[in-house]
Amino acid sequence: MRGKVWKFGDNISTDLIAAGRFYHLRSNMPELAKHCLEDADPNFAPNAKPGDFVVGGRNFGLGSSREHAPITIKMVGAGAVLAQSFARIFYRNAVNVGLPVIECDTTQFDAGDQLDIDLAGGVIKDVTKGITVTFHPMEDAMRRILDDGGLVEHIKKHGDFAIS
Amino acid sequence: MGLTLAEKILSENLSREVHAGDFAVFNVNLCLLQDGTGPLAVRQFKKLGFEKVFDPKSVVLFLDHAAPSPKAELSNDHMLLREFARETGSVLSDVGDGICHQVMSQYYTSPGDILIGADSHTVTGGALAAFATGMGSTDVAVGMGLGKTWLKVPVTVRVQATGDMPLGVYSKDMILHIIGTLGADGATYKALEFGGDTIEKMSMPSRLVLANMAVEAGAKVGLIASDSTTQKYLEKYGRAAKYREIKPDADAAYESVFEIDSKTLVPLVACPHTVDNVKPASELKGTKVHQVFIGSCTNGRLEDLALAASMLRDKTRHGDTRLIIVPASRRVYMEAIEAGYIKTLLEAGALIQAPGCASCCGVHAGILGDGEVCLATTNRNFLARMGNPKSFVYLSSVATAAASAVTGEITDPREVL
Repeated sequence: MRGKVWKFGDNISTDLIAAGRFYHLRSNMPELAKHCLEDADPNFAPNAKPGDFVVGGRNFGLGSSREHAPITIKMVGAGAVLAQSFARIFYRNAVNVGLPVIECDTTQFDAGDQLDIDLAGGVIKDVTKGITVTFHPMEDAMRRILDDGGLVEHIKKHGDFAIS
Repeated sequence: MGLTLAEKILSENLSREVHAGDFAVFNVNLCLLQDGTGPLAVRQFKKLGFEKVFDPKSVVLFLDHAAPSPKAELSNDHMLLREFARETGSVLSDVGDGICHQVMSQYYTSPGDILIGADSHTVTGGALAAFATGMGSTDVAVGMGLGKTWLKVPVTVRVQATGDMPLGVYSKDMILHIIGTLGADGATYKALEFGGDTIEKMSMPSRLVLANMAVEAGAKVGLIASDSTTQKYLEKYGRAAKYREIKPDADAAYESVFEIDSKTLVPLVACPHTVDNVKPASELKGTKVHQVFIGSCTNGRLEDLALAASMLRDKTRHGDTRLIIVPASRRVYMEAIEAGYIKTLLEAGALIQAPGCASCCGVHAGILGDGEVCLATTNRNFLARMGNPKSFVYLSSVATAAASAVTGEITDPREVL
């Protein structure tokens, strides 16, 4: 995966990703996606290119369980979300909707950096800076769901959970 | 080594012992959907090819976040959920019945249950010794179809609270103290288990506050052992037969123990825009408040309305401070009317809204203006949470909120108690 960094800070809540004032758009996901992360960076949704990366700090995705948060990030085109740490419901939701989430040291990445990510190998190359950051692959159970393309596909394929 | 409360509930569910770190697929006892996450769950349920829910009486759909609906789009979402309830025989809790977590606690959640809810504050049910946790729409859709979910058994942080809380200090202040100390991600992936004599003496409504906000420290569940208080609570709602004692083993293996000397707690306020940005209410004196909101799944129960009424009796809200009060459920509302609390609150200048989430989630019913400050008894103060990214939300106990409604600025309730 290769793309550009969109940098966000610590504690990016699901209210910042899919705000309550757009609650009425939750059954109109393309419209909701136009407002993705709007209160954190209004340039993100209109300008992100397919394959770009959302890069946060600590505790990315805290707050509400709204799955609309990772879905709209994916719809905007993000190839993955990288963060120092994730809130658990967001992490689980991202896997369920087939959006890769990478827990890693994001402090050295800046907005606009080009990243080259080897998801299976656990290696991120910051092509702009010429540095490499490694990360631990996700837990097996979640990896299986992500590899199937998300939870709907996983259950349709196996007829049940097949996480071990 | 013994089992924590989380390990105990999960082990009972599987009929075999599991420990922190284990992955397993569990039988789900209850599923909860609400009007913000339900429509997507219904669509995923259909995409998955399910036609029937695993147990119609154990799947409860709530129309509470936009209740009654302020927009046509949301009215259409409500229609979708009502139709799904009809098709599958699932339980519908319609507009005006109350907030999902309050209604679940009253009528559905029982000790030992595994409850998965498409709402992060599903953790509220942990006060009834249920493994109640929030998930997204797709996880709950699968749970509704298969009656199963996968979980990693969490490690547990034991919160051990001893001693009596001083006058003017409530369980809300205790949980703000915990979150302020642990941080908004201090318990991520973990279980918080609340115990000690302070908790043992605490009412069920106060315990529900602790469990409700466990997620604000990142926790997967916030659990409290069941006891005679749990039993009485279930009896009140006609569910005495659902009681059973579940408690952790004395030699349970905790990741850490967080000790609280309850007599040293003071009234606290979470300042914008994170719940762990906690300061003593006394340090915020002079902060003007444009709106006070007393309600939500955190603090909209009968004991909260009783406290607000006792503090606002023969007083009037400050002229520049709106006072919005929302009972958490129809039952709470009726009991508050019978006890005379609603009349007292109306006389003090309060605006009472229909049971539901109301102003808390930024959909309707009290959106703030640019630059305005709200002091709320809710659980989240994130930027844009209450509908306007240019506003500021502070969180406090009901007592701090009621005292501040009168003065028009953030006020330590001990000044007026």
